[in-house]
Amino acid sequence: MTDMPDTTLTSDRSHDEPSPGQYDDAAGYYTLGEPIADTKAPAGDIADRWQTRKFEARLVNPANRRKLSIIIVGTGLAGGAAAATLGEAGYNVKSFCYQDSPRRAHSIAAQGGINAAKNYKEDGDSTHRLFYDTVKGGDYRSRESNVYRLAEVSTNIIDQCVAQGVPFAREYGGLLDNRSFGGVQVSRTFYARGQTGQQLLIGAYQAMERQVKLGTVTEYTRHEMLEVIVADGQARGIIARDMVTGEIETHLADVVVLASGGYGNVFYLSTNAMGSNVTAAWRAHRKGAYMANPCYTQIHPTCIPVSGDHQSKLTLMSESLRNDGRIWVPKKAEDCGKDPRDIPEEDRDYYLERIYPSFGNLVPRDIASRQAKNMCDEGRGVGPMVGDFRRGVYLDFKDAIARLGKDAIEEKYDNLLDMYERITGENPYEVPMRIYPAVHYVMGGLWVDYDLQSTIKGLFVTGEANFSDHGANRLGASALMQGLADGYFVLPHTIRDYLADGPFPEIGEDHPAVVEARADVEGRIEKFLSINGNRSVDSFHRELGHIMWEYCGMERTAEGLRKAIDMIRELKREFWSDLKVLGTADSLNQSLEKAGRVADFIELGELMCIDALNRRESCGGHFRGESQTEDGEALRHDDEFAYVAAWEWGGQDGTPILHKEELVYTAIEMKQRSYK
Amino acid sequence: MANPVTTPGSKRPTLVDGARASRTSIALKLLMALSGLAFVGFVLGHMYGNLKAFSGHDAFNEYAYHLKELGEPMLPHMGFIWIMRGGLLLALIIHVACAIELTRRARKARPVQYVVKKHTGAIPASRLMRWGGLTLFLFIVWHLVNFTFGKVNVETGETGDAAGDPYNLLVDTFDVWWMTLIYLVAMAMLGAHLHHGVWSSMQTLGLTGTAEARARVKTISFALAIVIAGGFSLVPIAVLTGLID
Amino acid sequence: MNLTLKIWRQTDAVDKGKIHTYAISGISQDMSFLEMLDVLNEQLNEQGEEPVAFDSDCREGICGMCSLMINGEPHGPEVTTTCQLHMRSFNDGDTITIEPWRSGAFPVVKDLVVDRSAFDRIIQSGGYISANTGSAPEANSVPVPRDNAVRAFNVATCIGCGACVAACPNGSASLFLGAKITHLGELPQGQPERWSRVVDMTAQHDHEGFGGCTNIGECAAACPKEIPLDVISQLNKDLRTAMRHGH
Repeated sequence: MTDMPDTTLTSDRSHDEPSPGQYDDAAGYYTLGEPIADTKAPAGDIADRWQTRKFEARLVNPANRRKLSIIIVGTGLAGGAAAATLGEAGYNVKSFCYQDSPRRAHSIAAQGGINAAKNYKEDGDSTHRLFYDTVKGGDYRSRESNVYRLAEVSTNIIDQCVAQGVPFAREYGGLLDNRSFGGVQVSRTFYARGQTGQQLLIGAYQAMERQVKLGTVTEYTRHEMLEVIVADGQARGIIARDMVTGEIETHLADVVVLASGGYGNVFYLSTNAMGSNVTAAWRAHRKGAYMANPCYTQIHPTCIPVSGDHQSKLTLMSESLRNDGRIWVPKKAEDCGKDPRDIPEEDRDYYLERIYPSFGNLVPRDIASRQAKNMCDEGRGVGPMVGDFRRGVYLDFKDAIARLGKDAIEEKYDNLLDMYERITGENPYEVPMRIYPAVHYVMGGLWVDYDLQSTIKGLFVTGEANFSDHGANRLGASALMQGLADGYFVLPHTIRDYLADGPFPEIGEDHPAVVEARADVEGRIEKFLSINGNRSVDSFHRELGHIMWEYCGMERTAEGLRKAIDMIRELKREFWSDLKVLGTADSLNQSLEKAGRVADFIELGELMCIDALNRRESCGGHFRGESQTEDGEALRHDDEFAYVAAWEWGGQDGTPILHKEELVYTAIEMKQRSYK
Repeated sequence: MANPVTTPGSKRPTLVDGARASRTSIALKLLMALSGLAFVGFVLGHMYGNLKAFSGHDAFNEYAYHLKELGEPMLPHMGFIWIMRGGLLLALIIHVACAIELTRRARKARPVQYVVKKHTGAIPASRLMRWGGLTLFLFIVWHLVNFTFGKVNVETGETGDAAGDPYNLLVDTFDVWWMTLIYLVAMAMLGAHLHHGVWSSMQTLGLTGTAEARARVKTISFALAIVIAGGFSLVPIAVLTGLID
Repeated sequence: MNLTLKIWRQTDAVDKGKIHTYAISGISQDMSFLEMLDVLNEQLNEQGEEPVAFDSDCREGICGMCSLMINGEPHGPEVTTTCQLHMRSFNDGDTITIEPWRSGAFPVVKDLVVDRSAFDRIIQSGGYISANTGSAPEANSVPVPRDNAVRAFNVATCIGCGACVAACPNGSASLFLGAKITHLGELPQGQPERWSRVVDMTAQHDHEGFGGCTNIGECAAACPKEIPLDVISQLNKDLRTAMRHGH
């Protein structure tokens, strides 16, 4: 839902906007560091850069590859695809995942599809158009060269997946089917019913398992990376915990790849898996990898609402529901507890249709999400009381059923409506559905250059774990594309340039960097088990999530963010003094695992708030209260914030250091969107 | 570097090298299916012979005698019978041996039992196969002693082929109510065995690739079970009720 | 709702383990089954008893990580995964028995957690199409008849949870195996390795200690993705054909 009319933005400060640089909301919370720049993308025409880079990246002699070892953390699309491809190339790969099998990585849950500029429909699609749509969808906060490359390799992904046996939807003639997704005007989304992520992941998983058999990939399941080993300025391995035996293991290699996914679980409730966490990325951050744009999160408007305090997870329903459903809340707060069928038409507020008459219920994700939250904050939310208010709005199919008939709706949305009924126990054909926004994806992540290398030499970051391709918002069906692009087609080329200098001098387990990393990990685990306070890990996580959702969610204000930072700091103190983790370190201990993750989420949460505080503009999926047009719509500030905020760890007691990477657009002109 | 195909430090199985189709559990199942189908063919023929009893003393005995000279002069006297017996014995050995091996594997596959276990989706017959098979085996032994090798006439107490009259042996046997009962119970077991076994053999042979084919085969299995178990039961019931004497 | 939970507790792979009984109250109908266990764990944590270990990850029915035998049925009374089972499927006052998957090939790791790496090894033994990255031809160069594509997709929805093994009186993984054989066998890309695949995967299946299939059908009834029994027929047929092809 990003293809909205454009109005070219030239410093359009129609009302009392102060001049650039007047504000420094985050002053005192951070230190300004040197600017940072990507030095790996070749100059020249954007369409030639990737070819040039592939040519310039040095090769590794096939005979030398087996002497080179690669650690890959995570087995989702980015990690699994990379493990398979690098294994095929002949490198010695060690693959780690916390699940009991690589096939369970959370890429599996992606429903909609995967974009590729195949132009099979001959509807005007092209690499350039996919590139353009992605940059625009990201609200001009992504790096041009990376996005172009993503669009360029998108077509190879489809070829590769089909060859692996991914059962994409097909037409009667046996050729691949496409659909238009997320409001774009071309049909470039390949899909496998509502389970595209699952099918793509199984494809990558199978390719990786094949390499396991061939002996090039060794898989370590139920292993969690707890520290990165940086020796003599290079990432040379990881410390991992065998989650079954509790053993702390040292794994050394020539290069380390993090493909550990996103950190949406910092919000406690999200559509992420229970185990999705930031620990791998955060430990790397603390060792010197910059964290870029951490406050960029995507919030999805059509999730099944929270039903009570016990809620552990939110379930996404496809946005396509908004094509036929009408969104409303009662006009009067006192009607909110009533059966919706008893609320007469004149007492219903179809607020999206009212505020955005031309787009109505099909406004972009972030607007639909924000307005839903506004309605609930006003006290007009519906559904059960959760805490002190109701979190939900109605999505009503009554009119659509009257217009198209129940059968048509059933045919179109059957799976979704069934899922809804299973979870809520309500029949959506009779009672309006309830929806509420939920955190779904994070665009922020570890900063990487064009080669996907972080600011730690030899530490590469792929997939959702890096920040590179989606800017301030992500197009629908592009997450799968990025994961597989990084894993199959980008990293294998860029990593060889780094590995061409290897094998690097061997380091032993007695290397000071290894000893220190191990000691850190063991010290932390010991600490968790010895605090012996009163509160469970989950209670801290829930509280953190609440703070993040309230103050660093869809709409942020300087005041709220400052308050959140204070609250998080207090929570952190309490965590380290009142945590209760039972059990032992030398066995399967799920509370202990969670404790480590939540400790890192707390630190991340603070950085996210600082990043959000610094970014005094509304862009992408984020609305900043202080930055809006006269009509209350999002206002971007390209003159001040057209940069990537790359944060360096400032030490346990220091403040984070901000490095700015200026975003330069040569192939695309920056525009401000409008949807009124 | 640990062995690439195992989780380091564990004693979990490694990958199999040089696998052969003939050494898989599915090969055992195929043998089971084929030997089972041989029995289905046999019992159909056997049932036809039994129903001859309704044609009276002479017709039945003539049929029985004719079996002995079937195929003459190409085959020696009793040749056909011995070929049949050889074939059936072979099928029995295969069927039982495979069953024992598959049962052994199944037991090993679940060393710890559930405290609570439901059997959703299973027809009762499918869960009776092993006990049913054992029952049928015991029945066959008695049946052979009764009618073929021992020729035990429980009514007169005679053994051996003194009278040389299969029809009379049949009638005398089923005049005894508990003999008929044993027989009927065995036929019920046979029916159950066939109800699941025929379907199962078709599935094992890979002939039930669609939902329709599956439904069809299940119907055929049920019908065959009824026809065979029912057909065999008619004669003893008729004897007991005096319809045949 | 107030419930009595009978839960299998086992400290590690070597412990013998036994059923423990817990009372739990204040459970809402809207909770998922796993959220109910979360509540129990919070309660245990407070009381100083170690929480019950159980697997779950996506909690939206697709990753296949959750794996509980609930009152004798894998994933409980509904046709879905444990994480998608809600407490409204139970009544106030119910006693619920929760056990791990029972299979020699899935040893218990702790409490309700089992080791399903046997499934990974079955896939390693041949559950793939060998297509090195970059070597793929243009995607539309090989049309796939829609019926084949649909059947391939329908069985590719297997999530590898192991419910089929848990349900099977023989502890067989034939449904899992058959689903992969059918998925890859329906596609033109899967043909070159078709016969070696079925033999290698079946041999691995046996080697892991899974039992043989006797076509009872409890697996298909337990499958949260409703993979039909015809995949086992297909598996048998492919193995038979492989034999004919000299494998």
